[in-house]
Amino acid sequence: MAKAHVYKRDHINTDEIIPARYLNTDDEAELAKHCLEDLDVHFVKKVQPGDIIVAGSDFGCGSSREHAVWAIRGAGVKTVIAKSFARIFYRNAINNGFNIIELPEALKKINNADELQIDYQNGLIKNKTTGIDIKFAPLPDFALEIINDGGLLEHIKKK
Amino acid sequence: MAMTITEKILAKAAGKGKVAPGELIDANIDICLCVDVTTPPAITMLAEKGIDKVFDAEKIVVTPDHFQPAKDIKSAELHKRLDEWARRHKIKYYYKIGRAGVCHALLPEQGHIRPGEVIIGPDSHTCTYGAFAAFGTGIGSTDLAAALATGKLWFKVPASEKIVFNGSLCPGVYSKDVILAVIARIGVDGALYKAMEFVGPALAEMSMQARMTITNMAIEAGAKNGIMAFDEVTKQYLDEHLKDKTDYTVFESDDDAEYEAAEHFDCSAIEPMVALPHLPSGGVPITDCAGKAMDQAYIGSCTNGRIEDLRIAAKILKAKKVAIRTIVVPATPTIWKQAMDEGLFDIFYDAGCVIAAPTCGACLGGFMGVLAEGEKCISTTNRNFVGRMGHPKSEVYLASPATAAATAIEGKLTDPRKYILKS
Ligand code: SF4
Repeated sequence: MAKAHVYKRDHINTDEIIPARYLNTDDEAELAKHCLEDLDVHFVKKVQPGDIIVAGSDFGCGSSREHAVWAIRGAGVKTVIAKSFARIFYRNAINNGFNIIELPEALKKINNADELQIDYQNGLIKNKTTGIDIKFAPLPDFALEIINDGGLLEHIKKK
Repeated sequence: MAMTITEKILAKAAGKGKVAPGELIDANIDICLCVDVTTPPAITMLAEKGIDKVFDAEKIVVTPDHFQPAKDIKSAELHKRLDEWARRHKIKYYYKIGRAGVCHALLPEQGHIRPGEVIIGPDSHTCTYGAFAAFGTGIGSTDLAAALATGKLWFKVPASEKIVFNGSLCPGVYSKDVILAVIARIGVDGALYKAMEFVGPALAEMSMQARMTITNMAIEAGAKNGIMAFDEVTKQYLDEHLKDKTDYTVFESDDDAEYEAAEHFDCSAIEPMVALPHLPSGGVPITDCAGKAMDQAYIGSCTNGRIEDLRIAAKILKAKKVAIRTIVVPATPTIWKQAMDEGLFDIFYDAGCVIAAPTCGACLGGFMGVLAEGEKCISTTNRNFVGRMGHPKSEVYLASPATAAATAIEGKLTDPRKYILKS
């Protein structure tokens, strides 16, 4: 079961997700060690494989560094649920085959440490802790196609 | 159907007669920028997928900049991967160290940016190129890999928002103050996914260098691109800078094109601005924050590291001494030489500044000016996020080169008009 790590903040930016002082490598495992370091130094210790990050609007704003997606994925995070995403982060996630969920009421319906179960196909989050079912609009078809192909490069290779 | 300039450029790039906001397109890429931090991962991805090729060795511009000259061993490895790849694919426009510079200052200066074209780069401030009536946008490494291999990339056509600059700037107020005022009003996601189209009489009076400072920061409002119309000022800059390929197509927004929103600014009323930590939208007039002690001043970056910026700072620093660490970073080797030839280095030296080699360096907390815990820096860069220039508990205050120079002299946030109106 996936646990939610809730950050009640808008504009969590790529400098907080993976500070530039670690950008001298693109090794996912190395980046993962510093995931969210400037926002929450304890995050990497707390996170378990399959967990979920939940945040406010404009998640991933700032730089174009795809290292942000790699650090999050490398840390074992399954998905990010946010009120909205910054555009380059959104692209980078899709291009990496990393599913993300845009959910305007993210911070209202999910509390820290809630256990969540996600049905991507039908756009449904089951909050096991509160017992509430939360509907979300799945990503657009073209994005799901890229994700299902395993990312943009596999997608264009297929074409 | 009426279209905006952004829609027209994207329609042409997609080989279509028209496009509308929200439409998904496959666009042909005219120029693909490659920098040191984000390109090596793309190179590796391509190799891993067995598609180690480039779509056109003459449409790719390579410059190491973020960590060049290499700041440590790992950065040196990135540069090595970039160098090996650029040579192997015979990239025509590969700026090696000595000619390399901060990408968004270098590409226009070296004549790689033409109106009507689509320019992508694995750096969020690629939106700078919109100052030339072009479509420029930042992308990630996977996007870059796809573009390098195919010369194409998917885009969703953005809706446009008009930003109107009326009036005229007062002395001591610069384009940096204008864009900080815009972001302070609309917020860091005020133009999320949109095209920000800048228009108005105050813009017409600005040089290309000043205009680039504005489009550079469109991303700080969340925009996909920032764009400006072509005019005589654009033409003159291009006449002086375009080299190998000098033809281009000029697109203009139709009078009845649709905009999702419009924001009007009276530039005569804008004061020198300082964006307080930790968001670029933290802008307040200098009169509201003057007096706060700083530890460092940083004058450089793709936002304000061009020759005009250095001239503005030098004018204020002339025959003065700085009270805090002051780091001047000309954005490209050409700017560096020009500043030296014009005697600006003498002024900086006499004032007690250090002059660095062209690099992104401390703008992103890389090297050459990184902040210690608790330190505060007045900076001409574009981002003041937590930890952006160093320790997570350091602070960055964004301002114009004039405000940074005046602040350097007094060691605390200072209104530059005091120095400008006197001289
Ligand atoms: S100068 Fe700063 S903002 Fe500009 S490209 Fe370099 S790191 Fe990015």
